[in-house]
Amino acid sequence: MRMLRSSHLRWRSRLESLCIPVGALLVALLLFGGLCALEGYNPLSVYGAIYQAAFGSRFAWQNTLLRAAPLMLSALCTVLPARLGLIVIGNEGALVLGGLLAAITGIQLAAAPTSLGLLAMALAGVIAGGLWIMVIGALRHFRGVNETISSLLMNYLAIAFLSHMVEGPWRDPSSLNQPSTFLIPDALRLGNLPPSRVHYGLLYGLAACAIAHLLIQRTTFGFAVRTVGGNRRAARMVGLATGKLTLAICFLAGSCAGLAGMVEVAAVHGRANGALHANYGYSSILVAFVAKQNSLTVILVAILLGGILASGSLLQRALEMPDATVMVLQGLIFLVILYSESLYGQIPWFREPRPSDDPSPAVHPPVLASATVTPPSPSGDLHR
Amino acid sequence: MTPDSLGWWGIPLAILGGLLRGSVPFLFVSLGECLTEKSGKINLGLEGSLLLGAVTGYALSFHSGSPWVGVLGAGGAGLGLGAIHAWLVQQRRVNDISVGIAMMIFGGGLANYLGKPYIQPIAPQLPALHWGDWSDLPAVQSALRVSPLLLIGIAIAVSLQWFFKATRWGLIVRAVGESPTAAKAMGFSVARTQTACIMVGAGMAGIAGAYLSLYFPGSWNENISSGQGLLAVALVIFARWNPIQCLWAALLFGGTQGLGPALQSVGIEGYYYVFNAMPYLLTLVIMVATCSPVRSSVGAPASLGQPRPDA
Repeated sequence: MRMLRSSHLRWRSRLESLCIPVGALLVALLLFGGLCALEGYNPLSVYGAIYQAAFGSRFAWQNTLLRAAPLMLSALCTVLPARLGLIVIGNEGALVLGGLLAAITGIQLAAAPTSLGLLAMALAGVIAGGLWIMVIGALRHFRGVNETISSLLMNYLAIAFLSHMVEGPWRDPSSLNQPSTFLIPDALRLGNLPPSRVHYGLLYGLAACAIAHLLIQRTTFGFAVRTVGGNRRAARMVGLATGKLTLAICFLAGSCAGLAGMVEVAAVHGRANGALHANYGYSSILVAFVAKQNSLTVILVAILLGGILASGSLLQRALEMPDATVMVLQGLIFLVILYSESLYGQIPWFREPRPSDDPSPAVHPPVLASATVTPPSPSGDLHR
Repeated sequence: MTPDSLGWWGIPLAILGGLLRGSVPFLFVSLGECLTEKSGKINLGLEGSLLLGAVTGYALSFHSGSPWVGVLGAGGAGLGLGAIHAWLVQQRRVNDISVGIAMMIFGGGLANYLGKPYIQPIAPQLPALHWGDWSDLPAVQSALRVSPLLLIGIAIAVSLQWFFKATRWGLIVRAVGESPTAAKAMGFSVARTQTACIMVGAGMAGIAGAYLSLYFPGSWNENISSGQGLLAVALVIFARWNPIQCLWAALLFGGTQGLGPALQSVGIEGYYYVFNAMPYLLTLVIMVATCSPVRSSVGAPASLGQPRPDA
């Protein structure tokens, strides 16, 4: 009977979990249009420009995918710990350190064969990013330090470290306008996927999201992680090693962001400099939240947001809008998406008519759906 | 006499100057965050309020010609963002930490979006109190130039302490932060109290922003904040949710921020970025030292960060 009811419930709740985020995106776009109109821009031409620059042509699509690749990798840095009930926003720090270490490795291995050199660079990025976020997990587990705040602070430490390195010990004296490391050798540049100018980093991103999905949904490890995320105390009582799980998931999370840094260095910039922390840090947090911390949805949302980021320069050039326009849109999307969380189970049409033995309205979505689709909302228990 | 001729005495003097100048934004954001957290909610997005306050204050000062109008407007901008934040965190299933991250992006984006036309024009600045005029040394004079906002901030810290300790409303705020269910049973509105606290807290962050754009460094640009709003949460943990200790914490952080430029002024340059990162490192070290995995921090409101009881 229960089984029947829950499977019967499914299509409506699935429709709900599709309609609410899409509706939220539309509302955010409407609000954004209103804001543009207030400042004297024509909202319709703004929408048009965003679409043209993001998805309007083959060229635009390539631009979008170029930006989506690091977003996917970097978003996993928030997604994976969220499954464990932690809000980690250290994406930018891990990305910056991964990029810096990958660049230094590449410069050192100038004589190495391409495949070996690239592997070493990737490993350097992965390990640097992974250890960086693992520190956050360790502080949380052993000292009870709130992971959101520590990751925020560590972003600044990582950026200061990068600035120090590219201004001092590792500076290429010829980089005047933007202090940078030396260029990595051409042999170690990451190539493009054949008919396009989209680099292999996109494949890394897709693969990482798919692997993360399998890991979380299909393995014992992932089950343990989800159990801890559901109820930390209960998980400890049944004997799960929450500490080891925290460290492992934080390492994996950081390694994805570190790999994003390596991809940016090896495929886009060719060197490490301040451009590494230009865009992707906060945007990837947004990707993770809009994707409701689901690794596969991340792919879709990263492409969408990559498109929005790609439209920034056209908005600046064609419509003479400030470059922060894109950031306003991101902030609005983030706020409306968060609000839309509260609508689940509140809209009568999506609610299954309950049998008469249950007089209270369905306030919560089905337990099954909330366990597989949404992660537990972690409480920011600052004082624990 | 040039600052160089002061030799190594220039360092403590520059730190004192940096402390008096740099601590004001820390003081305002930490008092705002303290009030917010006493009511049981966390506002991680004060950086957004601070940035929007900075640009609003600068723009209003430019148009009205009076920097104090700018300060008021900045507070108003903070109140506005605080109202959005407060409304969102009262919804079911909405986590205040996530809203804070979103408000940080939104507020910062909106500030840069609206602030584009104000990068060039020069707005009237807040006046300063010249406490160093007894000295002939320009270094002493500039170090002891104090903003009236520092005095206002100290007054707010003292009165906030009195507010929590001795007033009925202060008691209501603390009751809501300690046990929302009990406060509700006593007939106080949890939502209304928290909304008021969040809004006033964000308003104070807005004033901190106006200080940045109208006093020190005293101009509007996109990198005007060096993360003062981000550090608010950490400062409050450091200050044990006590307004008077917020004052000491703010002075300490202002001094740390003055360290980098101070060393630069005597010719130690190589570690500029490392010194600039000192406040963050210091915060992290303090958090590691004072947090514990097993017990609550002393002074933390009991319901802080917990989900709403009726959600």
